Amino acid sequence: MTPQEIRAAFIADLIGIAPDLDPAAIGDDDHLQDDLGLDSMDFLNLVSALHKRFNLPVPESDYPRLATPSKAVAYLAAMLAA
Amino acid sequence: MSLFTMPSLGADMEAGKLIEWLVKPGDHVAKGDIVAVVETQKGAIEIEIFEAGQISALLAEPGQTLPVGAPLAQIGTAEDAAPAVAPPPRGQPPQAAKPPAPPVAPAGGSGGPRPASPAARARAAELGLALETVAGSGPGGAVLLADVGAGAQGHPAPPMAPAGDGGPKGRPGLDLTGMRHAIAAAMSRSKRKIPHYYLSHEIALQAAQGWLAATNAARPPDRRLLMGALLVRATVRALARVPEMNGRFDEGGFVPSATVNCGLAIALRGGGLIAPAIPDAQDLDSDAIMHRMRDLVARTRAGRLRNSEITQGTITVSSLGETGVDALFGVIYPPQVALVGFGAPRVRPLILDGTLTPGLAVTATLAADHRVSDGRRGAMFLAEIDRLLQEPDNT
Repeated sequence: MTPQEIRAAFIADLIGIAPDLDPAAIGDDDHLQDDLGLDSMDFLNLVSALHKRFNLPVPESDYPRLATPSKAVAYLAAMLAA
Repeated sequence: MSLFTMPSLGADMEAGKLIEWLVKPGDHVAKGDIVAVVETQKGAIEIEIFEAGQISALLAEPGQTLPVGAPLAQIGTAEDAAPAVAPPPRGQPPQAAKPPAPPVAPAGGSGGPRPASPAARARAAELGLALETVAGSGPGGAVLLADVGAGAQGHPAPPMAPAGDGGPKGRPGLDLTGMRHAIAAAMSRSKRKIPHYYLSHEIALQAAQGWLAATNAARPPDRRLLMGALLVRATVRALARVPEMNGRFDEGGFVPSATVNCGLAIALRGGGLIAPAIPDAQDLDSDAIMHRMRDLVARTRAGRLRNSEITQGTITVSSLGETGVDALFGVIYPPQVALVGFGAPRVRPLILDGTLTPGLAVTATLAADHRVSDGRRGAMFLAEIDRLLQEPDNT
């Protein structure tokens, strides 16, 4: 997958768990919790969706690497390539 | 015959707008079936019926705004159908032999109502689009705002609501002014009528945190637990020792509840707050509580709460999650008599066995109704929550 495809998939999962977010208004460096207002339950639901889509384990210790869309895309790309 | 009327979804509600009927005349309904969707200041709410019978007539049209108590439908109940006069016509099975009404499909399931977020409903109504004509891309096929936009290609773009105060990036659509009004009415009533007292207690969470980390390490994400579920579980269990914190204060005074219908304060990104309840939480273990919390949060976001969930709470837990301040002092949600608040768990200096140690801790607070309980009992409640959180595997 290209980074663009990973980003599109990530945003789709993000909108899936937070349908009240406007995809066009999400910036790559927006912090999921501080800027987009996800709470810990939303975040866990996002991790679950990514886990299902990419079949990656995403342990809790990796959560900080999903803090923003750009960080998450880099993390997912690295894990998929590993 | 009986009338099905616009239900009151909280003391602050005066009217609701009928969005859609999920039944038609002739349909058989069972107690607890979802029969209609009503738009309120709390978003779109699925309305359950509380008696079994057959729908005789629908008395209100979708789109109508009706006051609480207004007749919505006429229901023929079992007594009406009892063949007191004549046997049923030949070839028609007697009433009692009729098959039970088919179970209502779970939200999002095929055959059920088309789930949709409140924003999507509002936009579809603006555009005059039927939700059934829009392909949904949300959870369980729910129609999202973006889907309505896609379904409305060729329509002029509707004017966007003003962006507001630059807060979190929410979408317009939900009636936030109406919700603010509803919150104001309920909280004003609470502060006017309920003599609150407040207690605060710091609870060490190393035991809970250690158990949680070990439990979650072996689990895939969709089975992981959050600290919030352990806090709710401990609160629910602690109520067994202080039953006077769990119930409702009505005209006749306090009525304790045999079940714990645990309300969860869920903040909406655009502003506002809804506190739907997990019914019968006293029977649920941590996994089940977590599952129900996930479900409630997801349905709150997608606008698919049921009226029983927002009207039958017997206590409320408000938890700030991982990002927030140290403590919150809540306002009781009437007619309940207690609210337990949890601040953000944080690493703090703790004294353990005489030694200063950094450790995770949370400040638990209690707002309780002095007409029903006193500080001594409230203190026992918070101390019991503390004790239970020190043995998290005992669930």
